[in-house]
Amino acid sequence: MSQAHTSAPSASGGGPAATPDTVRPVRFFHRGEIVSLDDVSPTRTVLNWLREDAHCTGTKEGCNEGDCGACTVMVGELHGEHIAWQTVNACIQFVPVLDGKALMTVEDLAKTDPQQPAAAAVLHPVQQAMVDCHGSQCGFCTPGFVMSMTACYERHQALGTQPTRQELADELSGNLCRCTGYRPILDAGQRMFELPVQRIDEAPIAAALRSLRNEPPLRRPDFRAPRTLADFAALRAAKPEARLLAGCTDIGLWVNKQFRDLGEILYIGEVAELKAIGEVDGMLEIGAGASLEDAWSALSRHWPAVREMHLRFASPPIRHAGTMGGNIANGSPIGDSAPVLIALGASIVLRHGEAVREMPLEDFYVDYMKNRLEPGEFVQALRVPLPRASQVLRAYKLSKRYDSDISGLACGLWLQLDGEIVRDARFAFGGMAAIVKRAKGAEAALRGHAWNEATLQAAMAALDSDYTPLSDLRASDNYRRRAARNLLQRLFLETRPASPLSTKQISVWSDIV
Amino acid sequence: MNAPQDTLPVVGTARPHESAHLHVAGAAPYVDDIAEVQGTLHAALGLSPVAHGRLLGIDLDTLRAQPGVVAVFSAADIPGANECGPIVHDDPILADGVLHYLGQPVFAVIATDRLAARRAAALAKQVIRHEALPPVLTALDGHAKQQYVVPPMHLKRGDASAALAASEQRVSGSFSLGGQEQFYLEGQISYAIPQEDGGLLVHCSTQHPTEMQHTVAHALKLGAHRVQVVCRRMGGGFGGKESQSALFACVAALAAAKLKRPVKLRPDRDDDMLITGRRHGFEFQWEVGHDAEGRITGVEIDLVANAGFSADLSPPVMTRALCHFDNAYWLPAVAAHGYCARTNTQSNTAFRGFGGPQGALAIEMILDDVARGLGKDPLDVRRANFYGTSECNVTPYGQVVRDNIIEPLVARLEESCDYRARRTQIAAFNATSPVLKRGLALTPVKFGISFNVAHFNQAGALVHVYTDGTILANHGGTEMGQGLNTKVAMVVAHELGVRLDRVRVTATDTHKVANTSATAASTGSDLNGKAAQDAAKQIKHRLAGFAAGKHGGAVEDVRFGNDRVLVNGLSVPFDELVQQAYFARVQLWSDGFYATPGLHWDREKLQGNPFFYFAYGAACSEVVIDTLSGEWKLTRADVLHDVGQSLNPAIDIGQVEGAFIQGMGWLTTEELWWHPQSGKLMTHAPSTYKIPTANDCPADFRVALYDTQNPADTIHRSKAVGEPPLLLPFSVFLAIRDAVSAVGDHKVNPPLRAPSTPEAILDAVDAVRAATAEA
Repeated sequence: MSQAHTSAPSASGGGPAATPDTVRPVRFFHRGEIVSLDDVSPTRTVLNWLREDAHCTGTKEGCNEGDCGACTVMVGELHGEHIAWQTVNACIQFVPVLDGKALMTVEDLAKTDPQQPAAAAVLHPVQQAMVDCHGSQCGFCTPGFVMSMTACYERHQALGTQPTRQELADELSGNLCRCTGYRPILDAGQRMFELPVQRIDEAPIAAALRSLRNEPPLRRPDFRAPRTLADFAALRAAKPEARLLAGCTDIGLWVNKQFRDLGEILYIGEVAELKAIGEVDGMLEIGAGASLEDAWSALSRHWPAVREMHLRFASPPIRHAGTMGGNIANGSPIGDSAPVLIALGASIVLRHGEAVREMPLEDFYVDYMKNRLEPGEFVQALRVPLPRASQVLRAYKLSKRYDSDISGLACGLWLQLDGEIVRDARFAFGGMAAIVKRAKGAEAALRGHAWNEATLQAAMAALDSDYTPLSDLRASDNYRRRAARNLLQRLFLETRPASPLSTKQISVWSDIV
Repeated sequence: MNAPQDTLPVVGTARPHESAHLHVAGAAPYVDDIAEVQGTLHAALGLSPVAHGRLLGIDLDTLRAQPGVVAVFSAADIPGANECGPIVHDDPILADGVLHYLGQPVFAVIATDRLAARRAAALAKQVIRHEALPPVLTALDGHAKQQYVVPPMHLKRGDASAALAASEQRVSGSFSLGGQEQFYLEGQISYAIPQEDGGLLVHCSTQHPTEMQHTVAHALKLGAHRVQVVCRRMGGGFGGKESQSALFACVAALAAAKLKRPVKLRPDRDDDMLITGRRHGFEFQWEVGHDAEGRITGVEIDLVANAGFSADLSPPVMTRALCHFDNAYWLPAVAAHGYCARTNTQSNTAFRGFGGPQGALAIEMILDDVARGLGKDPLDVRRANFYGTSECNVTPYGQVVRDNIIEPLVARLEESCDYRARRTQIAAFNATSPVLKRGLALTPVKFGISFNVAHFNQAGALVHVYTDGTILANHGGTEMGQGLNTKVAMVVAHELGVRLDRVRVTATDTHKVANTSATAASTGSDLNGKAAQDAAKQIKHRLAGFAAGKHGGAVEDVRFGNDRVLVNGLSVPFDELVQQAYFARVQLWSDGFYATPGLHWDREKLQGNPFFYFAYGAACSEVVIDTLSGEWKLTRADVLHDVGQSLNPAIDIGQVEGAFIQGMGWLTTEELWWHPQSGKLMTHAPSTYKIPTANDCPADFRVALYDTQNPADTIHRSKAVGEPPLLLPFSVFLAIRDAVSAVGDHKVNPPLRAPSTPEAILDAVDAVRAATAEA
């Protein structure tokens, strides 16, 4: 692998002016310099590049699927004059995705003197707090924890705030430790704010990233990253066979675990217009390229009841990289976005070249992993009706583990109440069929009826004919059926007109959400 | 760095892990971080696509034609023994003739890079020709077919049948207990580098370098002196790198020897989990007799373990399960029958506790049932059955319990955690809470320390004092995160009266300390600490002799402390004395050795004195469950644990807490699921196998050490800490069961299986509801 370093970021390079049609190296900031890679494979993972090519072995591989966090690194992007740092799982991110960004790993934190042994390095407050609190035992997960904690540290230092212990635990939900039991790591997460402040020196990084802005959109053999929606749409229409890549959180596994050849890749992550989230005509519009974190944050703001789903959806590094558009387009029968969005009556905006069409999200799914996307078409946005009075929404997720676990079943349950009468209902369940699907029978059993024990029983009974779930490693068909009925009962207990129960009376998670 | 580095005394103080500053900087190298030697090749394993079958052949040509592939090896290429089983020789390195489980390594592909090797190995399904045979996938199926990896074992005292017949009350029951994946964060890895004259250096992530040396030597028909196995540190072991690292060491060594090139084998996480075994799942069925106070008068129990396809360490695991069925209780008449069922799944192996947790949880379930049947608080029933101190203090295997502290320890915890008041509060809460139910349980631990096989209880060490006064220590134990090297360094520094930062501990290396035992059975610091102390003592005696000779005074009056040596009224800096001793030609390095005294064990009769001493502990857990979904949460845990006189309280607390959360994972979220038809383990990665996260650590977690000296002459009167606290979270499981039981007003024994996933909890809730409705 050839690799050139330029020690000072040059304005736009001294070579021949690159045009959008020219193949150019992948360029990103790492360890004080701009790295320029001109023959890196489009599916080379950031982790393998770090460990095997850059010989930075501080970042570890634990699972190679983004579920353990040992490979957590920080990626910085220029937002105005500042750098926004986010954690991602290096094992499932492809190197070209780093183009124009800064990569920071555990090796970049301590201030080392090359004349001194490692023991003499001045540790970063996050690292020192981990030592002080006995936060490492075997040490293999530690670099990943340190990076998640550093991202948290930087964010809070910038705001002048400190996380609660609960917020820290949520921040670390994507980092597995098998030795400590976590208590000392959470202690360290609080202790790090008590040590002398040390911030990332952003100026040189920002200067480098600004210089990289002058590069044309990345074009590599088998990898294109257009920057405008129009260019993206045109390219997509011209290359219907190309593989769309958004957050790498699923496709990364196709490469790492299944050795699938992706062919030509069309990367959506550089299209700023697709990352936008905004309110238009009483709808919340979520661009297909918006991160899961941003999308769930926006949903949680409007619908506080989905906050638990937000926090339990994968882990922070996955939510930073992954997109809600990708989650929806992927169409997993157990993906947690779809049940909530369908219950909310969301629609999906599809685009082919200049042509845009919109359909109810529930109509988008046809069968197991099959949807209504036409060749050359892509998901442009999701539109969610904003909350109105007398509407009730609940989002429930059942999994073996609270955090970062794929649901055995998940549901979005939406009611339009008129006094004691259910005017309308939309119940969508994941994990109960080959696709995320509405419980039409249960809804019908309620529509126009009083919201009482009798109608609840009718709706619960109707669920049996709405779904024929399967048994698998996450849950048996029998559990799925019973639990789905019971979740309707939970909805009733929480929203019944007479003496509804509070979250505290109904959820074991009420203290932590 | 941390201030305590320079403070004295050393032993008994909280010191950071010796590698902590390296861990946090990504500067602590693991095997995969070692700079690769030029010409390094990479291996990947081709795995059996079926759970059981006859191996008819492998299409090697197809594999050899894959891009980057340099060589392909199968069983036929192994010059020596195709065998890596630690006890019974039924564990092939590469499948030969029979395919025993889905995931069994059948061939090894060696390629120029790891991805090329993995891609080629992934063709296993296409290139392995086989004839499928019907698999046996569960322990109970194997038991029904009387298919065992070793003959059944029986631990008996008195006449259990007669005692049962004579009992006031009799209860029978059963319990299904799942296994557990070690989930060491660093996967299995071996890196073999050819050396001169047919020798091999193997960097291996292993808890048992000597056994790796032996299996590699046997497989390659080499003398042990030609094979060097080195392990600086592991990214976790938990028992999973005791015997299970052998296959990877052997394949890497085989390829390196054949190709005369360095070869690294690092299986992907999914392959690691499909290939290697884990904690044994058990099925229990019992009948117990008791009196009106809940005192057990007789008990008979079958323990059926899923051994997997081969013996591996299943026989001693079952022995330990049988020897821990008593936990902290006097069982006057007992018949415990252990069956290691052979199945077509991964061969189960060591995992922190080594069968002890499984055996002990069975008696806790029994006492829970007995208490509920009598309408008594389970803690009262437990207490009624505690071992005595002068009578009722002989274990079913004939060892006298001489160090019993369970009663005062439990009493202290009961008080500090406010057990009785909370019991009342919880009952009040449950009476008015329609959906959520709370549960509470306080459970004790007694855990035997030593290997059940007497000859494993030995260790060696080397201590070098250099002329500048710095000290290098080496011993036969391995560092897997438990802080063994830290403790050994502390023991050496303490013995020589020097600052801790004078002492470094280096990689475990079969070329340095020979014939080591596995770092297992919690014995690491007991054995290696004593051996290192022995070495340090010898150096100290020589230095004392030299100092007295030079400065006068009696040898026995020379004192080492505060980084100085006090001799005949003179205080000489340690490094100065060392320098002088070197010039006087005094040997400044020494070996050290230790063998645990007083152990004996009759493997046939399951009788003897297998343990040097017992470690004790207790925990109280409170949970809340959702009776609609089966979700649950641990809201508070109180732990009081006995580590004797702690060598390093920070490390010991870390072990106790880590074990608590790990054991909780085993009993709650960590479910192993084999496909009922294909026999494929479907939970073979962290996406599907769920170990606890930071949010599973209870917000209210109160952990304390029970401050007491070990009456046995252990290293500074400390006690082993690795395994015993893994039994503390029994309290979590039994608190969940208590909460489920509240649904039926504590009249019905909930049929709760482990792990108690939300599904298992809802099943139990529904069963209790149904039984209550019937009654």
